[in-house]
Amino acid sequence: MTTSHRRVGDQPWVRRSLIGIAVLLAMVMLVIPVVVIFAQALSAGWSTFAGNVTDQYTLHAIGLTLFVAALTVPLNLVFGTALAWSVTRFRFPGRKLLITLIDIPFAVSPVIAGLLYLLLYGRNGWLGSWLATHDMQLMFAWPGIVLVTVFVTCPFVARELIPLMQQQGSEEEEAGVVLGASGWRIFRKITLPNIKWALIYGVVLTNARAVGEFGAVSVVSGNVRGQTNTLPLHVELLYQDYNVVGAFASASLLAAIAMLTLVVKAFVEWRQSRPIVSTPEKEVS
Amino acid sequence: MSITIDQISKTFGRFHALRNVGLDIPEGKLTALLGPSGSGKTTLLRIIAGLESSDTGRILFGGEDVSNLHVRDRNIGFVFQHYALFRHLTVAENIAFGLESLPRKQRPSKAEIRQRVEKLLEMIQLPQLADRYPAQLSGGQKQRVALARALATQPRILLLDEPFGALDAKVRKDLRRWLRALHDEFHFTSIFVTHDQEEALELSDQVVVMSQGQVEQVNTPTELYAKPESRFVFDFLGHVNVLSGVIKNQKLVQGDAWISLPGNRSEQKAQLYLRPHEVHLARAPSAFARLPLRIDAVSLIGSEVRIELTPEGWQSEEIWEIGMSHNEFAQQNPSRGELWFAVPDVGHLFSGENSQPKTVDWLYPETANACNV
Amino acid sequence: MSASANTSVAIGRRFSVRSKRVLPGFGLSLGISLFFVSLVLLLPLTGLVVETSGMTWDQFWFTITDPRVVESYKVTLWTALAASLFNGCFGLLLAWILVRYDFPGKRILDAFVDLPFALPTAVAGITLATLFAQNGWYGQWLAKLGVEVAFTPLGIVVAMAFTSLPFVVRTVQPVLEELSPADEEAAVSLGASDGRVFRKVIFPALWPALVTGIALSFTRSLGEFGAIIFIAGNTPYVSEVTSLMVFIRLQEYDYAAASAIASVVLLASLILLFAINLWQGRYLRRLEGR
Repeated sequence: MTTSHRRVGDQPWVRRSLIGIAVLLAMVMLVIPVVVIFAQALSAGWSTFAGNVTDQYTLHAIGLTLFVAALTVPLNLVFGTALAWSVTRFRFPGRKLLITLIDIPFAVSPVIAGLLYLLLYGRNGWLGSWLATHDMQLMFAWPGIVLVTVFVTCPFVARELIPLMQQQGSEEEEAGVVLGASGWRIFRKITLPNIKWALIYGVVLTNARAVGEFGAVSVVSGNVRGQTNTLPLHVELLYQDYNVVGAFASASLLAAIAMLTLVVKAFVEWRQSRPIVSTPEKEVS
Repeated sequence: MSITIDQISKTFGRFHALRNVGLDIPEGKLTALLGPSGSGKTTLLRIIAGLESSDTGRILFGGEDVSNLHVRDRNIGFVFQHYALFRHLTVAENIAFGLESLPRKQRPSKAEIRQRVEKLLEMIQLPQLADRYPAQLSGGQKQRVALARALATQPRILLLDEPFGALDAKVRKDLRRWLRALHDEFHFTSIFVTHDQEEALELSDQVVVMSQGQVEQVNTPTELYAKPESRFVFDFLGHVNVLSGVIKNQKLVQGDAWISLPGNRSEQKAQLYLRPHEVHLARAPSAFARLPLRIDAVSLIGSEVRIELTPEGWQSEEIWEIGMSHNEFAQQNPSRGELWFAVPDVGHLFSGENSQPKTVDWLYPETANACNV
Repeated sequence: MSASANTSVAIGRRFSVRSKRVLPGFGLSLGISLFFVSLVLLLPLTGLVVETSGMTWDQFWFTITDPRVVESYKVTLWTALAASLFNGCFGLLLAWILVRYDFPGKRILDAFVDLPFALPTAVAGITLATLFAQNGWYGQWLAKLGVEVAFTPLGIVVAMAFTSLPFVVRTVQPVLEELSPADEEAAVSLGASDGRVFRKVIFPALWPALVTGIALSFTRSLGEFGAIIFIAGNTPYVSEVTSLMVFIRLQEYDYAAASAIASVVLLASLILLFAINLWQGRYLRRLEGR
């Protein structure tokens, strides 16, 4: 290799030291923490781990967490897709504002998110007091947990879809319209295959955040063991009880979901960078 | 199916894309919308298709107002600039898409659809690529598939947006010929948008020249080239040599150059436009014109010799170009650096504020004058 | 009469022509979006307004300027600033090596960058607390150097840096990828040194994205809660962040005070959010020449 074609920072010593520093820092900040989670969870042996995971309260927390995610993810899937469709396929006044508004959950502290819902739907809130007279209690119960989780995770699907749909443009959909296809047919046959992978990643990320939300949920849940305790809250509870191994056992389940999310993301990116090909043959001219 | 465009206007924010455009597109003809970018040609095409709505005006297909008809119901074929093939469907599925989108009552049976797709694949000469995906096709193949897809539902009207814009020169020529043949066979009413004058003149039956949201001129290719009606059309269609000066004593004068213009008495500014083939070169000035030019370059490639010249003792914004046959060239043998005189045969005079040119003929002055009366 | 009828027909038609959209689903998708945004994002804000409007200005001022709360603002601000600046450097470095170099494990590293987004904050919190504890893997080494991280403001910085790490990498990475080699080659061919090329050619192209990334990281850090509370020690006046103050007021059932403090934080975050959006819009316009 000649030196004339190199780019800035391609000298071996620069390259090596930059990679070295970055990899070292990444190990310290990202990789070892994950290792620690599993190491701690298993530090008292497999049988203790199994015992911790199958503990009655842990199982309940897992069940509640999955239940919350099962409600949250479809809601945000519909919302995210609808929002991405409306802001990338049409121009209308207030479009930019709408795109900014969906970032609010990113900017708002989860504790404040919880507080907002508590103020609105709590016994003293203007909506909550009305609900209370109709014998409905949302806060300190599972509906409250679902509500704040929807709030915290609502940007993810839309955020994944908007840049992709903007970049793909609407020519294919327009071609579908010219060819006489109905709206549903256009969405199913043309749009959906094009955004499938981003949609999957959006869902997986929404799921990861829904399963792992802590701050907002801890404000509205009331932390009743065996009732309104989600898995992250359960982790906290065990940790505060000095049951570190138990806490990490539950944490390792959440960490496994996180790792799965990363795998899905890597897979989706690999899929998207590949052209669509059915047969391995080369182009026939 | 003829198309009538009636007083169409369209603005995007403060930008006037189209200003009161009125136009008749004859049935069964291939019409080109020609203009530079930003002239509104694509917007007009999209409004005809129904992909864009106009602010004012009407679109009529065969006398029927379709302005408020949805694209879906206009029964047109549209070929997009970048083809817009569905990247997750195979070639065959792409072509079948329109047929499968028909309402259940009108939809042909599965077998019939398959048959029709096969026929179309044969028509575009790509039957072996039925199961390919668009990403596996070359530009020219994509273009053909896009055409087949647009024609599958047998539309009354075919609209093409810069159909050959993204292709290389060789493929472009082949496809042009092929499209022309296809059109001659099926005789649908077609409109295509292009910024390439050569393409427009070669391919179409009628050319609509557009500029700044307005129609400049509509005519057949031959007539359009022979009789441009405005400075814009002149400039846009091929090279043009310009002498701009002042009319004095029946002569157009600038510096050392002059051309006699019998009958023009009023003193005013004017420009004379001359096509490369409307001028010839001589060693000495003629009795009615003195246009000294020095030869810059001689290009021998092509069916004609093209000579580039710069004015000597007068000025022109652009260089002059004069064409001559290889035979003439062999006899006269002009070479770089020599001083020659241009002798006009026919010219087009824009004087004062007149936007329409007056044709001046020095070879057969009587006929030209007769025409001008 | 007929004239007015004509104009009304004309207006009617113009209107219907204008409102016609080619692609389907405008009403449905915008309807769902607006319904959702109003119900989920905007409606809850009214609760805060109602709660704080019940306070007098003096009460409000007294609550938000309570010395312990003011101290929490200070702690939150400087730790968030430190964390986001650290991420500015580290994120730029990570983005650089991920885009410019090839090395074994690059794809895995690239995937790991998103870990803080995927890992629940509580899990991150207890993990960092365990690592940096006196007897933890990192803590015991740092103790020998006399550095204490767990249960100090430094722990807050660590937690914030962890949770907001991906922002800078993910905003800088695409810009770095699209940087054309030709610009650099032109500069090098003109005899510029590598350092000069980086300062004069590469960095000017990167810094808008870098600033955006740092600002996003800062905004996220301001609101971080889950990861911090486990490692911060939460000593009043020393290592309490503002989110925690809101939480503590809530635990005391003092909703009004919690709302007052929350409104300050919320306002700051929303202003930051809109500023970032405006800033992004501006530099994008400049880059794309629109």
